[in-house]
Amino acid sequence: MEKTINLKLKVWRQDGPKAKGHFETYEVKNISTDSSFLEMMDVLNEQLIQEGKEPVAFDHDCREGICGMCSMYINGHAHGPDEDVTTCQLHMRKFKDGETVTVEPWRSAGFPIIKDLMVNRNAFDQIIAAGGYVSVGTGGVPDANAIPISKEDADEAMDAASCIGCGACVATCKNGSAMLFVSAKVSQLALLPQGKVERARRAKRMVAKMDELGFGSCTNTGACEVECPKGVSITNIARMNREYLMAKFKD
Amino acid sequence: MSNFLSSSIGKKFLMSITGLFLVTFLFIHLSLNALLLVDDGGELFNAAAHFMATNPLIKIMEPVLAIGFIVHIFYASLLTLQNQKARGKDRYASGNSTPDVTWASKNMYILGATILAFLIVHIAQFWVKFKITKELEPTHIDIAGVHTEVENAYALVNATFGYLWVVIVYVIGSIGLAWHLSHGVWSGLQTLGWSNTVWRKRWEVVGTVVAWIMGLGFSAIAVIQHFFFQ
Repeated sequence: MEKTINLKLKVWRQDGPKAKGHFETYEVKNISTDSSFLEMMDVLNEQLIQEGKEPVAFDHDCREGICGMCSMYINGHAHGPDEDVTTCQLHMRKFKDGETVTVEPWRSAGFPIIKDLMVNRNAFDQIIAAGGYVSVGTGGVPDANAIPISKEDADEAMDAASCIGCGACVATCKNGSAMLFVSAKVSQLALLPQGKVERARRAKRMVAKMDELGFGSCTNTGACEVECPKGVSITNIARMNREYLMAKFKD
Repeated sequence: MSNFLSSSIGKKFLMSITGLFLVTFLFIHLSLNALLLVDDGGELFNAAAHFMATNPLIKIMEPVLAIGFIVHIFYASLLTLQNQKARGKDRYASGNSTPDVTWASKNMYILGATILAFLIVHIAQFWVKFKITKELEPTHIDIAGVHTEVENAYALVNATFGYLWVVIVYVIGSIGLAWHLSHGVWSGLQTLGWSNTVWRKRWEVVGTVVAWIMGLGFSAIAVIQHFFFQ
C-alpha cells in the first residue's frame, strides 16, 4: 500500500547571481514515499504556482541519474542522504514524516549561483575543452581483440568514465577542489590506447585550466568519493598526480 | 619550473616531499632519543649526541632540515588560504554530514600549528641551549675505549623533563604529531601518485603504524624520564 508523508522544506531562494539569498520555509503534504526528490519538488512548484508565487528554480534533465544536471545539497549531503544516487534517484522513503528538509544549492566559489538552486557549472565544460578528449586519428573500428586491453585497465577506465560531471565532489570538498572530476576524466582516457597518445598534454592542460578557474587543491580527505553519486574513487586523483608529475618532469 | 611550483599539484608535491623528509628525520630523532631510556646515567645518549654534533653529514643536513620545515609550513599556509578562497564565503546551513572522513584529514593545518607551537618550545629548551647559549657542562665518557670529553646533553634533558609541565607539553605535542601523521603519511604518498586501490590500504596501515610509533615513542620518553630517571 502506498505510504505518504508530510514535510517541512527549508529551501534556498535567490533571485539572481548578485542578489542576496535567504531560506524560505514551505510545507508539502501527502508526498508518496515512492516518488523521487525531484517529483516532490515538482509538487512544491505546482503548489507555489497555484498560490501565485514564483516556483523554485532547479536544474534537472534526464531524471535517471546519467545526465549530471540535478544538483541539490540536502540535509548536509550533496544529492541527499542516500548513497550512490543522484538527487533525481533519491526516494522520498529516505525521509521521515514531519521531518524538516534543508535544500541548498552547491556552494563553492567555482560554481556561482544563477538562481535559487541552480548553479553555473560552466567551469567543468572549460576544463573538458582544455583537453578532455582524443584529437588524434584513431582509424576505424578495430577488430575485436586486435588491441588487447587488460581487464583491470578496462574496468578502471569504465569506473572513471562513470563520472557524470554533476559537481557533487566540488560541492562537498572543504577546499572547493575539482580534482575528483578532473582525475576521472584524465584517467578514463589515459588508461586506454586511444587516449594514451595525448596523456601528457591532456594532464598538463586540464590541471592548468582547473587551477586557472580557481578550484582548490586536494588534501585527500576522501569526502568527494563518499558523496559521489557514481562512487568514483580518489585513486583516480593519485593517477592524475602521477600523470601530471611525469609529464612535468619529462619537460 | 616556476610554472610547476605555481600549479596546485606542484605545490602539493612540495608539501609531500618535505613532509616525508621530515618523517625520516623524526625516525632518526626518535631512535637517538630512545637511548634516554638506557639506565647508564646518560653515557650512551651523550656519546650519540657527541657523534651527531661532530658528524659533518649532520652539519649539512641541519640547514636542509630547517628548509624542509620552512617550505612545508609556507606552502601549507599558502594552500590553506587558496583552498579557503576556492571554497567561497558561503557555508551550508545544513552543515556537512559526509561519513567516513577523518577529523585529521580536515584539520591538518590546525594540527600542524599545534606541532609548530610545540617545536618553538622544544627548540628554545634544547637546540638554543645546545648551540647558541652553550649551557652544557663537560663530562667524560669512554667512547670505544677512548676517554673523551663531551658535552653533558643528558643532564640538560634529564633536568628539563624533571618539570611536570614540560612532560605535559611534550605529550600534547606528541599526540598532535601522531594525529597529523595518521593522515599525512598516506596523503603524502597519494599526492606523489604512488597509490591505487591496493596501495592505498597499505599506506593507510603504514601511516597509522608510523603515527602510533611517533606518538607513543616521544611521549613515553618524556614520561619515563620524569617518573623513573630523576
